[in-house]
Amino acid sequence: MKKLSKNNIITIALIIVVYAIVFVLEKVIDPNSMLFIVLKKGAIYALVAVSMNLLNGFTGLFSLGQAGFMLIGAYTYAIFTIPVEYRDAVYQYFGGGIVQFSIPVIPALILAGLVAALFAFLIGLPVLRLKSDYLAIATLGFAEIIRAFFQWDTLGPVTNGSNLLRKFPTFDSTLFPFTVAGICILLIVLLINSSYGRAFKAIRDDEIAAEAMGINLFKHKEMSFVISSFFAGVGGALLAMFQTTVQAMAFKSAMTYEILLIVVIGGIGSVTGSVLASFLFIACSEWWLRFLDAETYIGAFKVPLLRAGFRKVVFSIIIMAVVLFYRQGIMGDRELNFDRILRKRQKFIEKTQRGGK
Amino acid sequence: MKKFIALLLIAVLALSAAACSSQPAGTEAPAEGTEAAAPADGAKVVKIGVFEPASGDNGAGGKQETLGVQYANKVQPTVEIGGETYNVELVIVDNESSNDKAPTAAANLVSQNVSIVLGSYGSGVSIAAGDVFNKAGIPAMGITCTNPQVTNGVDCYFRICFLDPFQGTVLANFASKEFGAKKAYCLSKLGDDYSGGLCHYFVEAFKALGGEVVEETFPEGNSDFTSYITTAQNSGAEVFFAPVSTEAAALIIDQAAGNGMTMPILAGDTWDSNVITGAAKGKNVKICVTTFFDEGAESEAAKAFVSGIKEWINSDATAKANNGGNDMISAVTAMGYDAYFTALEALKNAGSINAADVLKALPTTTYEGVTGAIAFDDTGDAIRDAAFVKEVDTATGGWKFVAIQGIN
Amino acid sequence: MDFINTNLPYLLAGISVGGQYALIAIGYTMVYGILRLINFAHGDVFMCAGLIMIYAVTWMPLYIAIPFTLLVTVLIGFLIERVAYKPLRTAPRMSVMISAIGVSYLLQNVALYVTGGLAKMYPTIPWISNTVTIGTATTKVVTLITPILTLVLVIALVTFIQKTKIGMAMRAVSKDFETSQLMGIKINNVISATFIIGSFLAAVGSLLYFTNYAAVIPTSGAMPGLKAFVAAVFGGIGSIPGAVIGAFIIGICENIIKGLGWTTFSDAFTFALLIIILIVKPTGLFGEKANEKV
Repeated sequence: MKKLSKNNIITIALIIVVYAIVFVLEKVIDPNSMLFIVLKKGAIYALVAVSMNLLNGFTGLFSLGQAGFMLIGAYTYAIFTIPVEYRDAVYQYFGGGIVQFSIPVIPALILAGLVAALFAFLIGLPVLRLKSDYLAIATLGFAEIIRAFFQWDTLGPVTNGSNLLRKFPTFDSTLFPFTVAGICILLIVLLINSSYGRAFKAIRDDEIAAEAMGINLFKHKEMSFVISSFFAGVGGALLAMFQTTVQAMAFKSAMTYEILLIVVIGGIGSVTGSVLASFLFIACSEWWLRFLDAETYIGAFKVPLLRAGFRKVVFSIIIMAVVLFYRQGIMGDRELNFDRILRKRQKFIEKTQRGGK
Repeated sequence: MKKFIALLLIAVLALSAAACSSQPAGTEAPAEGTEAAAPADGAKVVKIGVFEPASGDNGAGGKQETLGVQYANKVQPTVEIGGETYNVELVIVDNESSNDKAPTAAANLVSQNVSIVLGSYGSGVSIAAGDVFNKAGIPAMGITCTNPQVTNGVDCYFRICFLDPFQGTVLANFASKEFGAKKAYCLSKLGDDYSGGLCHYFVEAFKALGGEVVEETFPEGNSDFTSYITTAQNSGAEVFFAPVSTEAAALIIDQAAGNGMTMPILAGDTWDSNVITGAAKGKNVKICVTTFFDEGAESEAAKAFVSGIKEWINSDATAKANNGGNDMISAVTAMGYDAYFTALEALKNAGSINAADVLKALPTTTYEGVTGAIAFDDTGDAIRDAAFVKEVDTATGGWKFVAIQGIN
Repeated sequence: MDFINTNLPYLLAGISVGGQYALIAIGYTMVYGILRLINFAHGDVFMCAGLIMIYAVTWMPLYIAIPFTLLVTVLIGFLIERVAYKPLRTAPRMSVMISAIGVSYLLQNVALYVTGGLAKMYPTIPWISNTVTIGTATTKVVTLITPILTLVLVIALVTFIQKTKIGMAMRAVSKDFETSQLMGIKINNVISATFIIGSFLAAVGSLLYFTNYAAVIPTSGAMPGLKAFVAAVFGGIGSIPGAVIGAFIIGICENIIKGLGWTTFSDAFTFALLIIILIVKPTGLFGEKANEKV
């Protein structure tokens, strides 16, 4: 077995520490605190953002279909896990629906990914032959078409038409989304570091050169698209569990844009960046910036501009600033690398020691 | 330096649009927690969550419903619980009329340890948030969410309004008896539980009466209703049933008048709003709605409520803006008012501000409100057997009382 | 005759919506022709024009409010280009597109803040809001005005591009960005002019559109914007007549679909059309074949 590098050991240790902290926090802090909402949603968005990054950052395919695949995942999960005794209540206009069984959570999560991947495979056949912007707009279009189909009344016995799906199993512990998202992200990282991953990067850097090197462009693009959609599907299923209800209306192109912005803020082509950015993004939008929405008085002085909606304005200005001035995002295309940090620290120590003499 | 200038430019760009607004900045909805003025006298505080939309499709209605709660809080800011006086603090969150934002907004209320939650306007968000309240064991009391799914199988959810199966039947009876309609056109919004549900029950009842129905849906963000209106006209329908949100309603009324549609438009409780009367004023349309309350109600309590809240709305610029710029009282406002007092009643019965105790006390709580007597049945639904029917007076831009309708 | 009578309203609605899409689509197609950028914020500029009009009429008479709206919208379009796109001129195309999405997000959120999230009713503009009856169909005057006005504006625009110096510069820049720069064309001025024209037409489009469909919400621009973009792609992106024809086709088809009772799929149809055209004829109806540069 290959000897683990110092960097990998520290990274693994750090991940274990993060999980341990989450575990301890859950025991100590009030479970209704906003902190856990941010952590749960952040973990889910991290998974979806990394899966989008696999496509946009590592393969160079500008796809805007993420919300569509999340929708498929969320619906698949919900349709197959609603306990039979609740089906009459949920499918109230469709006589209980036609699916009259339910499967456990973990197989349902995997199934959610597989169904999304299947759709991606079919959509990819025509769409992946398109170039950059055209690909973006075509995938965006497909996401909208998928949404219309799931809302179609005729499919009601399966999808409940345009009505909510609910009563499916959800999670209480923050560790659940952390674990599922963690495993999925680990798989993506392993893929990126494999020979397939190198082929993806070659396609991103120069399609024509990659083709000349003997990389089958279409096959690899399709592969990246299908795998990314698989994880988007799993992410969608997790999101369904988080929200406790699913409705097609929520999976609009705005959701894709949000995820895209997370990827950009984190750095296109950096897994660590996407993960960090999604926690930051969710924490800012759901929690930290909320004070901007409240009218505040300092003594008798009313702070101007603060009222409902100001949070979103400030938030979008921050995003614009990142897009314009920190085009690299938080991490650029680098990953968390302790070797480099250690080296820097060593240099710094040497420097201060010399300075001290 | 260049970066700094560019940053400044973005800010200017963002704010220039805001500057174009002629409204003074303070006239919008009070944001969350603004009612949370610290009690000066050191009395204990009980928190009541208000789970209402302040933006999105149902923002206008949600704001009017919140007004009722706020006014009630002004009238009765304290409550006697277990021999002690508590100040009531309203914790208001915006669920953005969106089913995917609702659980987070609900979780926000839960994290602030409210004793009971009121709301919401629009059934979808209440259904979506039901599980969050259920898990936390916090009782929630729907004010005007009429879809059966809100309380069905959700132990914590109660409501003080009638249900869609009832409302749909009333409307179907009304369409067939009053207008002699044999064919109805039903329009609902795709993905909206409220309009979809109400249409479903209307269709059921209307078909049972021997009528024919044409059903259509429109997608979110649609603003072109001329095709739907044309289809309705071509189908030979005699009544246009469109229980949609007020935002879409304003467009439908405007385009119906523009297309010379003569058949009467029928809708549910959401249309009892000054948005509708404003849109229909001076136009050649006939609009009837079913609702919970009529401004001209006879009872003493109702009269006092109407005159009191009008005075408050006229004296408070923010309240007036939230009510759509005039002092016409919507049924949802009256319902909000009753919901607040029902909640106080439940707190008194519970004798504690503990959510679990309130939940235990709620099923047996009763209250005589301005919109009628309130009591809950086994599933937590209100026991109500009558709805008001009102018609828009297009000459004055007000409402005309038509009838009180039951199922029979 | 009966057939015409029942279907005339759909056709009228289709032509009217088509004309309004066309005015937005021109903005997309011109920007794409020159910068190779899908200006996602364009639909939101259209929405902003609607909001500005609503606020403008509350403190000035209508005949000033209309030119004021046009002017401010043009200014917004100009500023967006200067602030959000110009600094990224050398950046990869994906960055610019993301910046466009960012601007769209910003405009929507500012609109949400200003309006408080509620629909604002568009003012009634005299005469064009009146109703007229054609055959058996009753409609607003604006429905009839739209296609005429659209055609007049398009003809004026095409003449402008063909005959004037700046028009020639625009054509040169869209043919070859770098060479035209070497020929002494002031690229930034040309690009600004493009955005100004695009925003102006979007503002005119918003006047017509919101007179017909009189409520403005922060996301009002998103769907018309996307559809106008589809129209631009359909007609062959970069081609002005193509965008106009594409817009009319999409507007009419959409209303026919609704007339057939397939309302659930009226939006989906637009995108299906887009995907089919992209796969069958990626350059659209009138687009030029793009050469791939290595």
